This record gives sequence, C-alpha cells and structure tokens, in this order.
Amino acid sequence: MHELGIVFHIIRSVETVAQENQLSEVAAVTLEIGEVSTVIPSYLTDCWKWACGRTELLKGCILRVETVPAVTYCEACGRTYGTVEYGKTCPCCGSGQTYLIQGNEVNIKEIEAC
Amino acid sequence: MEGKYKVLEVKQSVFADNDRQAEELRKELKQKKVFLLNLMSSPGSGKTTALTRTIEALKDELRIGVMEADIDSEVDAETISGLGVKAVQLHTGGMCHLDADMTRQGLSGLEDGDVELAVLENVGNLVCPAEFDTGAVKNAMILSVPEGDDKPLKYPLMFSVCDVVLINKTDVLPYFDFDMDKCRENIALRNPDAKVIPICARTGEGMEDWYAWLKEEVKKWAE
Repeated sequence: MHELGIVFHIIRSVETVAQENQLSEVAAVTLEIGEVSTVIPSYLTDCWKWACGRTELLKGCILRVETVPAVTYCEACGRTYGTVEYGKTCPCCGSGQTYLIQGNEVNIKEIEAC
Repeated sequence: MEGKYKVLEVKQSVFADNDRQAEELRKELKQKKVFLLNLMSSPGSGKTTALTRTIEALKDELRIGVMEADIDSEVDAETISGLGVKAVQLHTGGMCHLDADMTRQGLSGLEDGDVELAVLENVGNLVCPAEFDTGAVKNAMILSVPEGDDKPLKYPLMFSVCDVVLINKTDVLPYFDFDMDKCRENIALRNPDAKVIPICARTGEGMEDWYAWLKEEVKKWAE
C-alpha cells in the first residue's frame, strides 16, 4: 500500500516542523501532488484519516491536495506539452527525446497550526 | 476558529525526511566499510536465483549478508541461509517498498560490522521501491527477457535510479520478441549512465561481468 507509506512520511515531517516551531495542534496540511507522481489523492485521503487519528498532534487534521499538471519538454524541437495527454512522444515533432519537467512532485506546501 | 491557526510554509518534498535518513545511513556504511546493494525487480524476474548464484561465486572472497524483503513468508531467507551466509527476512507488513529506516533495522539484524557486502533484496515491484532511497551505495535492477524490451519506457523512474541493469534469462531470447539493442536504447533514454549487463542466472552466462562490476564497486567503497 503505497499511499499509506507516504502518509507516514508526511506525518513524520509535519511532526518535525511542529516541534521546531513549538506547535501543539495542526488543523490542515496542504500538499502539492503531481499528475504523474503515482500517488492517488483519494487513497491518500483515506489513509490520512486513519493515520492522523492515531496521533495527538494531527487528530482531525484536514488534508488538502493541490494538483500540479505534468509537463514534458522535447529536446528535439524545444517545445513543451501536456504529459498526460501525449505521453513520451512529442506531439509537435514525433521525437522520443523528451523528459518530464514537472508533474512528479509529492510536496508538503504548507500547514495551518497553532 | 479564524485566526487561531497560522499558516506555515513548509515547501518540502514528502521524501525529504526519508532522503535525510538514507544519507545518514550511507555515511555510517562508509565509515564501517559496508557496501549496501539495493536489488530491485518485478516478481519472477529471477532475483533470488541471480543472488544465489552470485553468493556461491563470491562468498569465499567477500563476507556477504542478505536482507530479504517480502510482504510475508520466510521462503527467500531460508534459501539464502542454506548457502551459508547471513540472511534476515524483513516483513514489510503489506507495504510495497522499503525505506531507509526499515533498511537500518534490517542491517542491525545482520550485525553489519561483520559484512563487507550487504544485499537488500527489495520487494518485487517496479514502482514504489524506486521512489524511496534505502541508503544503499548502489542500486541494481533485474529485467528479465519475458517482461519485454519496453519496460524502461513503462517504468522510467526505476530505470533512472539504477546504476546497473541486469537483463536476465538470456537463454530464452529465441522464444521472445525481445530486442536487446532496442532495450539498451530505451534504458539509455532514461538513464545514459546505467551499465547494462545481459546475464542468464540459470546457465551462468554473462555472470562474470556482473561479478567483476560488483567486486570493483565493493573495493572502491572500502578504500
């Protein structure tokens, strides 16, 4: 269960931030999840509810997910295009010499806490 | 409720915490001169067979320890202990990958001070193990011929984190539409630095090249 492992890592990171800033209650965590990060937000939310309930700091904490669109760059023609729609082959010139420039993020953007 | 909470910008990858632990583990391994190899593949690619053969070939030259990661069962650890090297079974409890913290626990079970080469046989999966740095010195993966030469395109992250790719089961090449050149090309597209070694763990073909690579890397790490 991939998402559960990720949730444990998020919780550990948030706990560290809370400790550093002397926070005792975290009300919301906002994530940035790339479209091709292999993380499924709905699974993540389910795991989140379960895992948060087991900690004092994050009890009832809301998880917000912001999606980052996946964009691929083509080395052959220098253009960029939407990864989800066209995949690895450039729709402009047909080259396979492409790489992802954004869209695999799994970031903690911010937290709301006191 | 408004005003009670303040917004704190974190701007941190979820993997940052694991990456930090992995970096610490690598530093410790350097001091102890323990070379940790993270071996990944899909299920059924011949990981355990390749590892068994490697251990038989190298166990007189190197002190080897193996960590077997599986969701359940002791099958692989029993096979490996039968060869006379240290083996521990790590149960991931349903988790699809190992992280640096679990790896550290496994290493302590190996009494790591006493091994020169520790091999982590990761969970058979081409997705999640690639995302979590285990603290290994080098990452290796096995791709078997029946899986197809297009796997590097389907699982780009796995191929981009690997230092060496072993293409196993070359003995069945005549029966599959597997194009070795195409496969090398597909790997190079995702990772130009990856070393590609075709092997057959069953017959032993190509294994010498793999042993040579591994011995060289272990030596370099201990310098």
